[in-house]
Amino acid sequence: MTAQFRIALAGNPNSGKTTLFNALTGSRQHVGNYPGVTVEKKEGVYRLENTTIDIVDLPGTYSLTAYSEEEVVARDFLIFEKPQVIVNIIDAANLERNLYLTTQFLELGIPVVIALNMIDAARDRGIEIKEDRLAEYLGVPVVPIIARTGFGTRKLMEETVRQAAKKKEWKPKSISYGEDIDSTLLVLEEKIIASNFLTDTYPGRWVAIKYLESDQQIISRGRKENAALSAELEKEVEAVSRHLLETMETYPEAMVADHRYGYIKGILQKGVISHKYDKDRLYTSDRIDKVLTNRFLGPLFMGLVLFGLYTFTFNYSELPVTWLESLFGQLSLLADHLLPDGQVKSLVISGIIDGVGGVLGFVPLIMFMFFGIAILEDSGYLARVAFMLDRIFRIFGLNGSSVMAYILSGGIAGGCAVPGVMATRTLRSPKERMATLLTAPFMNCGAKLPVLALFIGAFFSENKAQYMFFFTILSWTVALVLAKLLRVTVLRGESTPFVLELPPYRFPTLKGLIIHTWEKTWQYIKKAGTVILGISIIIWAMMTYPGLPAKDKERFALQRQEIEAAYPAQSVAGGNMAVSEQEVAERARLLAEINRAEAGMALRYSMAGRIGIALEKVSFLAGFDWRTNIALIGGVAAKEVILSTLGTAYSLGGDQEGNVSLGQVLAADPDWNPVKALSVLLFISYYAPCFVTVICITREAGSWKWGAFSMIFNTVFAFLLAILVYQLGSLFY
Amino acid sequence: MSRMMLRNMRKNQKGIITAVKKNGELGRRIRDMGLVPGTEITVQGRAPLYDPVALRVMGSVISLRNNEADFIEVEVQP
Repeated sequence: MTAQFRIALAGNPNSGKTTLFNALTGSRQHVGNYPGVTVEKKEGVYRLENTTIDIVDLPGTYSLTAYSEEEVVARDFLIFEKPQVIVNIIDAANLERNLYLTTQFLELGIPVVIALNMIDAARDRGIEIKEDRLAEYLGVPVVPIIARTGFGTRKLMEETVRQAAKKKEWKPKSISYGEDIDSTLLVLEEKIIASNFLTDTYPGRWVAIKYLESDQQIISRGRKENAALSAELEKEVEAVSRHLLETMETYPEAMVADHRYGYIKGILQKGVISHKYDKDRLYTSDRIDKVLTNRFLGPLFMGLVLFGLYTFTFNYSELPVTWLESLFGQLSLLADHLLPDGQVKSLVISGIIDGVGGVLGFVPLIMFMFFGIAILEDSGYLARVAFMLDRIFRIFGLNGSSVMAYILSGGIAGGCAVPGVMATRTLRSPKERMATLLTAPFMNCGAKLPVLALFIGAFFSENKAQYMFFFTILSWTVALVLAKLLRVTVLRGESTPFVLELPPYRFPTLKGLIIHTWEKTWQYIKKAGTVILGISIIIWAMMTYPGLPAKDKERFALQRQEIEAAYPAQSVAGGNMAVSEQEVAERARLLAEINRAEAGMALRYSMAGRIGIALEKVSFLAGFDWRTNIALIGGVAAKEVILSTLGTAYSLGGDQEGNVSLGQVLAADPDWNPVKALSVLLFISYYAPCFVTVICITREAGSWKWGAFSMIFNTVFAFLLAILVYQLGSLFY
Repeated sequence: MSRMMLRNMRKNQKGIITAVKKNGELGRRIRDMGLVPGTEITVQGRAPLYDPVALRVMGSVISLRNNEADFIEVEVQP
């Protein structure tokens, strides 16, 4: 007999849920998003003989209220998709608090199987749990497991299948919440059942509990269904609220929570749990914390770890990045070789290969970053970073976890905003997370560095180091100040509570790290790859079309012929007429010069060139001419493009040697001066992020609006700053 | 035995929570972590800038900001 079941896996963060999910499903996972939100939805398959078990990994939550997206998603999934069983994973060393979520499943009535995880760690702490008694008192099966080693997981799944096969009706459990609440609950429940209010979807008593807990999601659904009845219920709740506040200085939601814990304590005291050691004994984890969060050693060690993460991400990924670059270089050469000269070749090389290469070039970086972060996260250290830095980042409306995104984005000069923006996933509070991911691109990423180096070298060569340092500090200032600005305007709102668990230090498992890294990297390739390819082709077309008019092309062709006639190549010479090396070099130089002049003219003539010229009407305020404008437009595709485009616009080669001479050309050009250079530099540092970053912002923020916002907001800000500096500077210079 | 707000507790001081005077999201998050009346807590330490504070609760370590700790009243053990 074959059978198929669908179950949900739920539990607190840090309870080992992901480890269990990985142990059960291995590589048979599928990661997606819940519709309309950025919360990840992970599904996997487990096979038990002839039975296929479809497992949905719900987001880790402490509770089932409606305050965070994760909780709403988890709750809606349980209610609307009705999995046959919910496997509730519980950290055995932390039984009392973990059971708080369990009581909420019981209130809902969904069949539960408890996976009592990390019984080995609990035993080391002297905690003995009588699982049969726990099962008896809670009325649900309890299976002890060790997710890391796989111990007990088969038994867990057998039990789960057994429960699922029973196809039990949902049976909400009635817990007592004290006299006042209980009597109100009865009144509410009666009214709810009598008019069939929301009961098609939810159990009646459960709706009543949610009204008492002032659950916004349920109340607004209730108002839509039956406004009059909802008002009546709300009035009842208000009455009991007033009574509780007057007599006991408390709230209905607090009473409900307190009694849930009371219910748990009642069960645990009936001989379910025994502690062999004194509860205050310091565990290894606490001893490590004595050093790692120490007032002096803590920040020192944190600095080393963050610097280590940065080095690991950027230095160690250098080799694979070079491999990829040379691979794409080879591809370009191959295309150059195989395809006839012309538009198609240009499209394949400059549009497609460069575009795809641009996206895939980030892959090693992202893999290394996620691997590093996975180590920090799985080991428990990341929570300590947030803990230590929270005080500082709170000033700017962020929280302690923001630091990583900033550092990876280039807080230590030379990062990259793509992994930086993706790293904001570790922030649990939505507004702080948005503010961080929108400001992280202000940091000096690795692609902005050559631009900085070139301009500083050309115009401020006597104080290079100071200027570099100044730009790094300025980036931090701009990012933090603008984060604050966002938090008091578009992302206004009280800071999200920072009640954070500092989980015990654990050794991450290699399997977990690899799965973690791979699934995130793959998501990046899939989503960014397709969009970037399209955009890269558009940018290529803008800089290519319309091509030069025929008469200009002819003129350049004629010039080339003249050179070729004046300096005949060996083969044409026929016979033994010797051509000196000097002549060969001269011929190549002159031909290249004509090609560059033609490329420069073509660029000016192209769509991008015309836009650049049209923009001069506005950009002159900040001192930008059309050449700079074209380069800046190209820089939206990738900041690396800025220098090469500027080179083409000045009819120079785009290679390394060209860059050096570009600096010399700009320094010698009377149109340029240090004030203009500074204005351009500031603009480049803070204007629209590159497209890969914009795509990442869009994905992480969950809407195109935020991607567009970051482009417009950053560009406007950068332009105003550039105007200010240019206009003020011009007064003094 | 004396009652005080959690913010004013010293490192390594122990006590039993007597009240959590906050509703809404913050109140809920505090309760989610097991910080309810009757729970025994120990101040484990503070961040380098004295804020947030780390507590030991029911075998785990929870950190919260001082202004969040202001809603929690504790009966401290001498």
